[in-house]
Amino acid sequence: MLKSSVDRFAEATPHAIAGRMRGLSDRALAWLFVAPSIVLLLAVNIFPLIWTIRLSFTNFRVNRPNAEVGFVGLKNYLNILSDRDIWLTMQATAHFLIWTIVLQVLIGFALAYLINKKFRGNDLWTTIIVLPMMLSPAVVGNFWTFLYQPQIGLFNYAVGFLTGADPSSFSMIGDVALAPWAIVIVDTWMWTPFVMLICLAGLRSIPPSIYEAAECDRASRWRQFWTITIPLVLPFLMLAVLFRGIENFKMFDLVVQLTGGGPGSITELTSINLKREAFEKWRTGYASAYAVILFVTVFGLASIYVKALNKVKQR
Amino acid sequence: MSSYSVTEPSLRQKWVAGILVIGYALITILPLIWIIATGFKTPSDAIAYPPKTFFTPTVEGYVNVFTTRTRLSQEQLQALGEPTTWYDKLVRKDGLVISGPSRFAERFTNSVIIGFGSTVLCIVLGTVAAYAFSRFKVPLKDDLLFFILSTRMMPPIAVAIPIFLMFRSLGLSDTHAGMILLYTAVNLSLSVWLLKGFIDEIPVEYEEAALIDGYTRFQAFYKVVLPQAATGIASTAIFCLIFAWNEYAFAVLLTSGNAQTAPPFIPTIIGVSGQDWPAVAAGATIFLVPVMVFTILLRKHLLRGITFGAVRK
Repeated sequence: MLKSSVDRFAEATPHAIAGRMRGLSDRALAWLFVAPSIVLLLAVNIFPLIWTIRLSFTNFRVNRPNAEVGFVGLKNYLNILSDRDIWLTMQATAHFLIWTIVLQVLIGFALAYLINKKFRGNDLWTTIIVLPMMLSPAVVGNFWTFLYQPQIGLFNYAVGFLTGADPSSFSMIGDVALAPWAIVIVDTWMWTPFVMLICLAGLRSIPPSIYEAAECDRASRWRQFWTITIPLVLPFLMLAVLFRGIENFKMFDLVVQLTGGGPGSITELTSINLKREAFEKWRTGYASAYAVILFVTVFGLASIYVKALNKVKQR
Repeated sequence: MSSYSVTEPSLRQKWVAGILVIGYALITILPLIWIIATGFKTPSDAIAYPPKTFFTPTVEGYVNVFTTRTRLSQEQLQALGEPTTWYDKLVRKDGLVISGPSRFAERFTNSVIIGFGSTVLCIVLGTVAAYAFSRFKVPLKDDLLFFILSTRMMPPIAVAIPIFLMFRSLGLSDTHAGMILLYTAVNLSLSVWLLKGFIDEIPVEYEEAALIDGYTRFQAFYKVVLPQAATGIASTAIFCLIFAWNEYAFAVLLTSGNAQTAPPFIPTIIGVSGQDWPAVAAGATIFLVPVMVFTILLRKHLLRGITFGAVRK
């Protein structure tokens, strides 16, 4: 049966292609298959990266193409690292990063733990919880500005209904104290399901026999949770944190639509700040140095983290 | 307590877990339901206080998202005579006339062209590369694979500066071809990783049998491996499509008039007086519902895609 269908396929292969391919060794075919992807990635990812590094040592400005480009050495880097505004941006990013990860890990793990109790219909409800994550952050972020409007916004109304506060007395995205939390709430709403799915995979990978053995040894439920469930889910949880960390360090679309970095620059995360430098102030050389710094930060933090992750996995 | 098992949760535990999860699910989809509902409200219903749960549905938002309108005075309106079409009639009662189509249909078409174009290209390149990585001895294999993955760590804005310059000098800025190439490159890492995982799971014996039957390596790949990897290819394709569909940062920086996709466009929809929320919601609904449907269809493969194949189940 297999042979006959293979024959049919073989006859359908154009002679030109078949003839040309017949002479190819595995080695040549391997290169033929891998080369297009590598070339495209080199052209659209690596080449621009090298170009960014080169630009970062110059005072080039895109909006002044005819001006002479001067080599300024490390000046851009020194300017960035000594700029107080950039450290404020870093603080805003850190606040966003830490709180989204803490909330998403807590809620995501709790949900996964509950779903793993296998109540009837848990599949359907899991799918519903996952929906926000798959949608366009820019489009959804834009709509959240409507939900956050004082008085008419659904969010403000719900908070008012639950706490008795006047829905028009606070503005989530207009208030300096509330705006950093406004972006944390939307990101948590959107991405908790991601942490939940990974935790769920972790919980389901624990063989029931371990719990049965623990039960024989008369370990309490509480003890089983801390000595079996948590250590075995930890590698999965750390993986989820890695993905969320990288994604939220890059965060742009959702927050730019929600607050645009405002009010003032209280929610101006590094990506938004970088966009301002590069595409509004057109300080290309300076922005390139900024990009390189961000890049090294993500890479450095991620590789340290991956080392720790591998250690936990080996335990 | 007759059928007591240590691993099977008790009925009470199931009830408590079920109620808590369903409660969370209901709260979490409320904003999405609100988007869909707002699309069918009149502007005054949309901004009513308290927020309206029950309202008379109207398709005004949908008419507004596809058209541009001008306000005319009473005399001008009377001079125009009776409205000829149902959508004309709908806007006429607000003292407006339809002056032409909006750019929404165009932006939506761009999203479709760029989304599908980059997905097809990405799957073709990704499948052959994944096959090579899975079956052949490629020199520096692990380094190449890590390199492919690491391209995903870059913040889009950081690479956007040189890509902006590069596209400008190649004449690719604001073109479909440029955006298709860009999204393909961004998605390629995901697709190579996922597809390699899927192809790794296909037993080598099938191809060996075909090779013994006298087929070339290429035929064996094309006729034996591809059909078996079909499910994996399909779910990878949907992930590439959803990414390209949702992407915003590159789209907003590199496109403006010609090749702009829907995500940068939808937030800019404004009515005659300020932000037209029913129209925004209608546009968002048209844009988001296909992804919701795909998510529901794809739920079994979801985890592998979103975690780069790190979690297999």
